[in-house]
Amino acid sequence: MTSDRLTPAGRVPSVLWLPAALALALVTLPIAGLLLRTDFARLPTLLTSDASLHALRLSLLTAALSTVLCVVLGVPLAVVLARSTFPFVRVVRAVVLLPLVLPPVVGGFALLYSLGRNGYIGYVLDVTAGIQVPFTTAAVVIAQTFVAMPFLVVSVEGALRATGEDYERVAATLGARPTTVFTRVTCPLLLPALASGVVLSFARALGEFGATITFAGSLQGVTRTLPLEVYAQADADVDSAVALSLLLIVIAVVVIVVARPRSVEGVRA
Amino acid sequence: MHKATATLLAGLLALSGCTASAERTLTVFAAASLTEVFSTLEQRFEADHPDVDVRLHFAGSSRLAQQLAEGASADVFASADAEVMRDVASAGLLAAEPEPFATNTLTIAVEPGNPLGIGGLAGLAREDVTAVVCQPQVPCGDAARELVAGHDVEPRFASEEPDVKAVLAKVRVGEADAGLVYVTDALAEAGAVDAVKIDGAEGVVNTYPIATLADAPALAAEFQRFVLGAGSGVLRDAGFGAP
Repeated sequence: MTSDRLTPAGRVPSVLWLPAALALALVTLPIAGLLLRTDFARLPTLLTSDASLHALRLSLLTAALSTVLCVVLGVPLAVVLARSTFPFVRVVRAVVLLPLVLPPVVGGFALLYSLGRNGYIGYVLDVTAGIQVPFTTAAVVIAQTFVAMPFLVVSVEGALRATGEDYERVAATLGARPTTVFTRVTCPLLLPALASGVVLSFARALGEFGATITFAGSLQGVTRTLPLEVYAQADADVDSAVALSLLLIVIAVVVIVVARPRSVEGVRA
Repeated sequence: MHKATATLLAGLLALSGCTASAERTLTVFAAASLTEVFSTLEQRFEADHPDVDVRLHFAGSSRLAQQLAEGASADVFASADAEVMRDVASAGLLAAEPEPFATNTLTIAVEPGNPLGIGGLAGLAREDVTAVVCQPQVPCGDAARELVAGHDVEPRFASEEPDVKAVLAKVRVGEADAGLVYVTDALAEAGAVDAVKIDGAEGVVNTYPIATLADAPALAAEFQRFVLGAGSGVLRDAGFGAP
């Protein structure tokens, strides 16, 4: 346990116990409610229905692709933000973090009016290359990457700033080129934060709903990911919706267990 | 979910001391396709009953039925098809037998002027047409499926939206070229979309029933009578058929 961090004497002030218990209840009681509502006898049938399997496959595929995009694009961005000294770096950092704070449905609208058929990028894509982004699996991946990337950038950039530039400077004085310094010094230092960032981005991508339904639509096997399937089923077959919710919770728990304790340390750094 | 929100709001209101109002409130759950017409009816009813605050809650009929089944508190329920209402009735949630108050049929909403020349259901099967529809779990999607099944065409839908207003929105912003919506939705958005008639659409008719819920105040029955009586003119003007 790490509670000794709070109070060096090893005792938690008693005034904190009640709100702490309430906070814990706020997280656990709703999950318990879902478990109580679950039809465990029919669970295997519900989870292996055609629609559920399609949604699961699509969710895992798109979340994995989004996470790869987050790493490929997010790590360089984090390094630039942490190490460069150009004047507007703070503004850029704020802009990059925007999707973290923005309601996802607003993100969906932003994507619609940029990459949609009448958006300024989407229109050019449509006219020049005949590419239409909305209603495609690519749209799902873009929406997920949009909302998930800040998690990776925050994780990695925080770690970079915490470790400082001493090792890199030493490597450079010993004659290493910037690329060598990045691959041999910076990257190994980043690994724990990168791992936590990857896990958090994947989890965020997996849970994406608002931006996806606004920008990508909802069609089985193409754009209807697990959260969208839960929403669709909630109209007609609540047992299915609950079963799929349980599946998402199990995945979330696995993600947390796999990521611990690195993700927690990464966020703190 | 709705009940929890209501309880939370009530709690917050109580905390802020805003409970002195003597107004009677009437909570009406209504199908998404009734959005415009019930908003008009709300104003008329409130004008006749200055002490009454009608609260409208719109969503896909099936979602509303699920919310009622999960304990959401409402006084009146107006559904976009009879089947959904039967589910609510068989769960013992109604105070009285539902009464039909309107009918609706499907049409194709397209960009104004119909630049792609979409004609009927066959147009929705074209390669160059992006078409959207309601998901089959809600009445408009159910009706769409039935309508398509009766024709020898296989439309390719790019997305199945959660309710009819979401379908209309996709057409209005230009993401979709065509959407299967109710005649009344296209009429409500006349100017923003054009309607293309579907041959045989009159063969698939949704009948809208209205009912008061168990434990609702007498005011609920009064609202229902208003919808069936004075409100019918408003419904006809909006393009709804007589049951």
